Amino acid sequence: MATLSAPLRSSQPAVARPRRGARLAPYGFLAPFFVLFAAFGLFPLLYTAYVSLHRVELQTSERMDWLGFQNYTRLFEDPFFWNALGNTFTIGLLSTVPQLLLALGLAHLLNYRLRGRTFFRVAMLMPYATSVAAATLVFAQLFGRDYGLINWALSTVGLSPVDWQANTWASQFGVSLIVTWRWTGYNALIYLAGMQSIPQELYESAAVDGASRWQQFRHITVPGLRPTIVFTVVVSTIGATQLFGEPLLYEGNSGGGISHQYQTLGLYMYEQGWTFFHLGRAAAVAWVMFLLIVVLALVNAAIAARRNRTDR
Amino acid sequence: MTPVKRSSVKRRSPLQGGPLAYGVLIAATLVFVFPFYWTLVAASRSNSELSAATPALTPGPNLFHNIGEALQQAAIGTALVNSLVVAAAVTAGVVLSSTLAGFAFAKLRFRGRGLLLAITVGTMMIPPQLGVIPLFMVIVKLDLQNKLPSVILPALVSAFGVFFMRQFLVQALPDELIEAGRMDGASSLRIFWSIVLPVARPGMAVLGMLTFMATWNDFFWPIVALSSQNPTVQVALKSLGQGYVPDQSIVMAGTLVGTLPVLVVFALLGRQIVGGIMQGAVKG
Repeated sequence: MATLSAPLRSSQPAVARPRRGARLAPYGFLAPFFVLFAAFGLFPLLYTAYVSLHRVELQTSERMDWLGFQNYTRLFEDPFFWNALGNTFTIGLLSTVPQLLLALGLAHLLNYRLRGRTFFRVAMLMPYATSVAAATLVFAQLFGRDYGLINWALSTVGLSPVDWQANTWASQFGVSLIVTWRWTGYNALIYLAGMQSIPQELYESAAVDGASRWQQFRHITVPGLRPTIVFTVVVSTIGATQLFGEPLLYEGNSGGGISHQYQTLGLYMYEQGWTFFHLGRAAAVAWVMFLLIVVLALVNAAIAARRNRTDR
Repeated sequence: MTPVKRSSVKRRSPLQGGPLAYGVLIAATLVFVFPFYWTLVAASRSNSELSAATPALTPGPNLFHNIGEALQQAAIGTALVNSLVVAAAVTAGVVLSSTLAGFAFAKLRFRGRGLLLAITVGTMMIPPQLGVIPLFMVIVKLDLQNKLPSVILPALVSAFGVFFMRQFLVQALPDELIEAGRMDGASSLRIFWSIVLPVARPGMAVLGMLTFMATWNDFFWPIVALSSQNPTVQVALKSLGQGYVPDQSIVMAGTLVGTLPVLVVFALLGRQIVGGIMQGAVKG
């Protein structure tokens, strides 16, 4: 503690030199947040690891029997776990990549001088204001095999209807489309905010040098947005590893389709815990997901650091 | 933490949008808005019209009948009241606790400040979904299952909220104001009440809107903690989606009613919410 506080004390600014009685005041301001945060945020997160080493059943959740790593070995022997892991990756790619590319393009257009730009911005954010459940119910209706509007539209232009539920790729595309619809506008606004902090003179001098709009976008906008892009990639990959509501309500079952063709890790965890009642096993899934996020964050950081080095 | 002045958001772009830009943006807007229109169409038709060979593409006459059915069959009425209570309580708790802690992190110096801030920011990215199992065991122990406090208590604080208010106050609150308050011999609480709160209000408003929407739409924890007997809107929608009510037009009517409150908030405050998200992006 002494070593930690030493540099802090030396940098103490004049503003907050507290009187004796007020020395404890900062902790008072922090207490409401940290007490609840420790109880409902940090503790459950860490305790998940402990629960994952026990047999805990949903109906008797106060009883814990030590199992060691048995929940994990059972998990790794379960083909549906690996299936869910694979689906999480493919659905993650199918939703994150188009979502961020579309958002980048839309942000570029929104950055033009436009009539009604507030209208466009608000319209683009409306899907973000919609809940996962509501959006999924509507899209599930649109994607209906027999009476869905999308298959009707396909058949009116002479294409054959698609089984958006039973077909693996079609169902994963359907789930991904819901994610893309909900988050593209949000990310476009984040990119737009980043674009507006790029100095205007860069574009002006590029235009004088005869750079086309595409070249300006490629060589000024994208490099200027790099920190924002890294931020959105991190946030949306974390979101993708957690995907749950969309696949749950796509057909309304926790198996993620008749042959688990679009079951994600989040859904697999829910199925273990609340369909099969194995809370201990579900905790093991949660901890695997946590490690996955840590790995993804490290990979992201490494890529960002490497790109920075090659640029300079 | 790049200091971006509000005016920079309004500065003029030299690029004038051409017909192509308008064309693409209008097409994108139609794609974003169409599902809302379709919800209205499906919610105002009958089930047989929805499964006709040529589906109806315009709203029909059954809207109020279907909404009535949804209110009755899926407890949407109870769900609306519950969601309102939960979202209001959570919003109040998050805004208050975040402003208090955000102020301490932004303007006060104390032992352990760096470490505590690092913990807050570091856990911001960890999805709360990963803690649901111990949380579930706790609320079973406290006998809170299927009661509203089970979804309110864990949501009363937010690491994002603390960070958001800290970033806001670092820029918005001049050190001199606090210094002047101290000179006058005001206590810390008094300084918070009469100096910090008035300055923090715009940030609190944005945080409040974002928290309200996020709480209204929260899904995983509520479906674990509550059941269809005492649901929030999202829990009721889950029952609808799991074939609790087989009639598609009633499912869509329930979806419409459950989404409407957020859309009303959005219609009234859309511009501020857009501003809040863009501000948060630049600061974060």
